[in-house]
Amino acid sequence: MAADERDTASKTTPHAAAIDFSAFRDPHLVRKLVEHIRETVGSREINLMEVCGTHTVSIGRYGFRSILPRNLHLLSGPGCPVCVTANRDIDRAVALARVPGVTIATFGDMVRVPGSTSSLAAEKAAGHDVRVVYSPLDAVELAAAEPERQVVFMGVGFETTTPAIAASILEADQRGLDNFSVFCVHKTTPAALRAIADDPETAIDGFILPGHVSTITGLAPYRFLPEEFGIPGVVTGFEPVDVLEGIARLAELVVAGTPAVENAYRRGVSDEGNPVARQLVDEVFEPCDAVWRGLGELPSSGLAIRPEFARHDASRRFEVAVEPTREPAGCRCGDVLRGVIAPTACPLFDRACTPETPVGPCMVSSEGSCAAYWRFRDGA
Amino acid sequence: MPTQPDTVLLGHGSGGQMMKRIIDDVFYEAFGSPELLAGNDAGVAALDPTGRLAMSTDSFVVTPRFFPGGDIGRLAVCGTVNDVATSGARPRYLSCGFILEEGLPLADLRRICASMAEAAREAGVTIITGDTKVVERGGADGLYINTAGVGEVPEGVELSGAACRPGDVVLVSGTLGDHGIAIMSQREGLAFGTTIESDAAPLNHLIAAVLEAAPHTRCFRDPTRGGLASTLNEFASASAVSIEVDEDAVPVRPEVRGACEMLGYDVFQVANEGKMVAVVPAEEADAALAAMRASRYGENAAIIGRVGEPFEGGRAPVRVRTAWGATRVLDMLVGEQLPRIC
Repeated sequence: MAADERDTASKTTPHAAAIDFSAFRDPHLVRKLVEHIRETVGSREINLMEVCGTHTVSIGRYGFRSILPRNLHLLSGPGCPVCVTANRDIDRAVALARVPGVTIATFGDMVRVPGSTSSLAAEKAAGHDVRVVYSPLDAVELAAAEPERQVVFMGVGFETTTPAIAASILEADQRGLDNFSVFCVHKTTPAALRAIADDPETAIDGFILPGHVSTITGLAPYRFLPEEFGIPGVVTGFEPVDVLEGIARLAELVVAGTPAVENAYRRGVSDEGNPVARQLVDEVFEPCDAVWRGLGELPSSGLAIRPEFARHDASRRFEVAVEPTREPAGCRCGDVLRGVIAPTACPLFDRACTPETPVGPCMVSSEGSCAAYWRFRDGA
Repeated sequence: MPTQPDTVLLGHGSGGQMMKRIIDDVFYEAFGSPELLAGNDAGVAALDPTGRLAMSTDSFVVTPRFFPGGDIGRLAVCGTVNDVATSGARPRYLSCGFILEEGLPLADLRRICASMAEAAREAGVTIITGDTKVVERGGADGLYINTAGVGEVPEGVELSGAACRPGDVVLVSGTLGDHGIAIMSQREGLAFGTTIESDAAPLNHLIAAVLEAAPHTRCFRDPTRGGLASTLNEFASASAVSIEVDEDAVPVRPEVRGACEMLGYDVFQVANEGKMVAVVPAEEADAALAAMRASRYGENAAIIGRVGEPFEGGRAPVRVRTAWGATRVLDMLVGEQLPRIC
């Protein structure tokens, strides 16, 4: 039994990094699941959207498009935090980077995303202080180590990352680090799903729901999908067998016409999520309207720092003039993020827009749909 | 006697007494070959008269300078030895140029030089000339090392990345990703507990053994920055062929695989410093594999793929076949995945 093998492996390997993935990569099981999906789907045209960027990458890396039925369409959704960040917010980060004494700290992908006329990478090359960190807590340490600098952490991401941002603000607050603030462009997933489900241009039959985000949110925030829109959703993980199990179950729900939200990732996600993390987020943030690339302004889809932490809120602390927003001509990242087109249908894809010379953010982030399609294109 | 400084000072690059002292005490002490000790501006040494010379140079800026399984010095020797050896040449002589930052602890420099000397001994190469420059504090990150190497190419050996032919077989000399992940695990802000060690090693003896066993070997390349993905794309492009890799056949340590999962890296794009990729004709593949496995650093060698006819229409030439029969493109890394790793 695969499960027994897994248990044995965990007993004999002392290192946390040495996780045995073999049970979730069993080729025999993968083939069986693919066959099951093929039988379930039959000749129907079915559109599934993977909400999470890591799922997009997994599907590409495992080569699933080359073995799944062609009439099962896997569309990438708005689950790459860098991709859904509006141009205006990138421009604001660029403006912040130009403020004397300010150090911008952010995640690596964010640095390369082009705004209207610049990017954080370009600002860094021009001599402004932009640093890549791996955790917001590193930015807090940076603020502690360099008290003469104003460290602004540009926070992007969904429910998975916000607890850590909240923790960093609380940490800075407790340590009295007045020179640490967060430029908060965090977003919450359900609002985007609602916008896509409600969009007459999209025709999503089922959502592959994010594994990581759901560890925090649990299943409750997705219940509106079947209840209001008749669209099923299945939470799943990221190993080959996880992804296929999620797709198989979703295909079954679509074909049976029995929309529901299900959890196919029980080893990672509990139905109620992580209330402790959610409480931490609530303590520091409050819902706000937010502008998403591709989806526009969605009510209560973002997170703003509560007034009691105003001294750690970069948008309150720094008045900056932001340049007029210009969207890149021809870029269809917005349509890609809504699942209206596949990346390959964008006229710029692999022509003007490649990972080396990205026009839109979906080609920048390693989790962006366009970058994933480009990287793992099966050449078919 | 005045106390000797314990860090590098600007004066150590002055060309005067202090520089002579650091050369005598540190570099001659570690590398003291007759050619070097002759003290001339150029090292003069003998070569076997094969008629052809292979030469390569590489600069090393890795941070941190000491890491599990090696240090910048070992890398600087192994990197150039391996580059020379990939041509089929016998590496013989190295130069080494140091750019030192003011304030570098001399103890670090000594330790790095001792490590270089040890790697050179293992590879059977001699350091015959060198150079030292000192830059002001902040002008470099501790130290940078450039090495250049020369070797003799034996008669009849004609290796080239453009020589791959459909039907050839691709081998790798051991587990992939060890170096890149070992470096990554040491990074500030990203330190994760691991026992992964860099694989930095001189592979000239392994290459010689493979050439002996598989005389029609097409080419070797060490998959350093950019990893296996870059090496295979370079071969495919230079030879106008396609290459297919069996994902499950590629040796990867479970802890490296785990770290890659955690960091979101493709192990095929992670750097190696002690691995060699070889392309050999199918009929010599078993002999090449046996020779690799019998060599030091080659015990985990494996046949990982094969060369095919070129695809039409400029489609990406390197593919990975998964255990479940799916395929995907294996592209070169775009931009940076890792910090300075070599």
